[in-house]
Amino acid sequence: MSATQQEIAEANRRRYEELRAAGQGATLKALPYPTARDGAPIAVDDVISREHVPPGWYATVRLRRGEALRIIDDLGVSSVSLIGWRTEDMSERINCADTVKVQWSAAISKGRVILSDMGRVLLSVIEDTSGAHDLLAGGSTPGSTAAAFGAPTRNTHDNFLAAAAKVGLGLRDIPPCATFFAPVSVDPKGRFVWNGARKHAGDFVDLRAEMNLVLVVSNCAHPLDPARPAASGPITIIRHRAPAPTPDDPCRTASPEAVRAFMFTDRLFA
Amino acid sequence: MTNMILPEAIYTHDVPAERPWSHIIRQGQTLRIIDSEGQQAVDALLYCANDPAERYSAQDTLRLQGSAYVGLGTKLVSNKGRVMGHVTADSCGLHDTSAGCCSCESNAVRFGEETKYQHACRENFVLELSKYGMTKRDIVANLNFFMNVPIDPSGNFTVVDGISAPGNYVDITADMDVIFVISNCPQVNNPCNGFNPTPIQVRISDPPLA
Repeated sequence: MSATQQEIAEANRRRYEELRAAGQGATLKALPYPTARDGAPIAVDDVISREHVPPGWYATVRLRRGEALRIIDDLGVSSVSLIGWRTEDMSERINCADTVKVQWSAAISKGRVILSDMGRVLLSVIEDTSGAHDLLAGGSTPGSTAAAFGAPTRNTHDNFLAAAAKVGLGLRDIPPCATFFAPVSVDPKGRFVWNGARKHAGDFVDLRAEMNLVLVVSNCAHPLDPARPAASGPITIIRHRAPAPTPDDPCRTASPEAVRAFMFTDRLFA
Repeated sequence: MTNMILPEAIYTHDVPAERPWSHIIRQGQTLRIIDSEGQQAVDALLYCANDPAERYSAQDTLRLQGSAYVGLGTKLVSNKGRVMGHVTADSCGLHDTSAGCCSCESNAVRFGEETKYQHACRENFVLELSKYGMTKRDIVANLNFFMNVPIDPSGNFTVVDGISAPGNYVDITADMDVIFVISNCPQVNNPCNGFNPTPIQVRISDPPLA
């Protein structure tokens, strides 16, 4: 490297370390406390629709910007895998890799966002009682259920394929998914660990749409859930009008990266 | 850490810094990726040559092996649950498949809008995939060979300095005919390339004689 290149590289490293400090270290802005399981009631007038999704099944939900989806793990035994596309250009979709990389964390919880592949915010996690969600290991598949239960059962891979087909999409359009109420962590040797004690009946998340979206939720046991037979219970999903974000909205102000992602998202609607 | 002696390569190519590359790897053939100068991330995607809708799936790969990093023995699993290839040699020891590829758009979010007009892996992937009739829709979470992304028990997720030394290599033996697509990562805003993208070499070998 030339002297100039060396200087640029050193400046880039300094910026990287500053961003890392804001994302993980000394200057990290504290995330909000988890929502209480009896907290964050939704006013009756704000409910747009409500649905129960039985175990093994999926639902497709269209959200407009500013609406939110509450997903409730009624019995504390379900996991809910989610993918989504932007309504106006469905080539733009959830991107779990960018979501964890940009926020310096695989631990998505209240105050975090879920990003699209275009540097914009798909969803904000505005309420969350759980904080135990997985973006690394994906949903169940025909193969994972056959291995776990002796025969293939209903699974997230097939649910996503069916849901995609009903909005004119196919296998090519199914990206890696986020799974809520899936307490997966990575131990020091890199192995996945299932922290089952972190699941509770009535856990919920509120996901605020930051663009117009088509979402698919799949209510299937997470492939790392050790319960045999499969743990299964109904989930409740509530589409509702979220409160308008305030200037100090935790998701919009969590980090320099979040501020920029919202700036780019807001331009779609300017 | 090599566990088999490969025959002489039938194809060798130096991929310049920041450039893409792709090639069909036939079932049984082995692709060796050599980090010629060290600390160079190599983004990679695999597609079934007969039906590219079947492609590498990072989440299925990690779930099946039960751990978060790619290394010797890792089976690279497709979105249909089939093994596309597996890692048959690895002189580096640390590879990622959760951090995705860099893009102009994500760079702008991560590092500031002034970095939007820098070349990025997704630009490489889109251009290379277009040779096979594929588009951005076909880009999924990729492999990042020689990229060091520790995930700690609290979830902290960080691209840190690569540990690959000059000449470190990884071998992937194909279990089906695959389109193997590489972006020799142009990122200069984080340590994945030591802030200095460099060339890599790829070699394809036929199966060892029985």
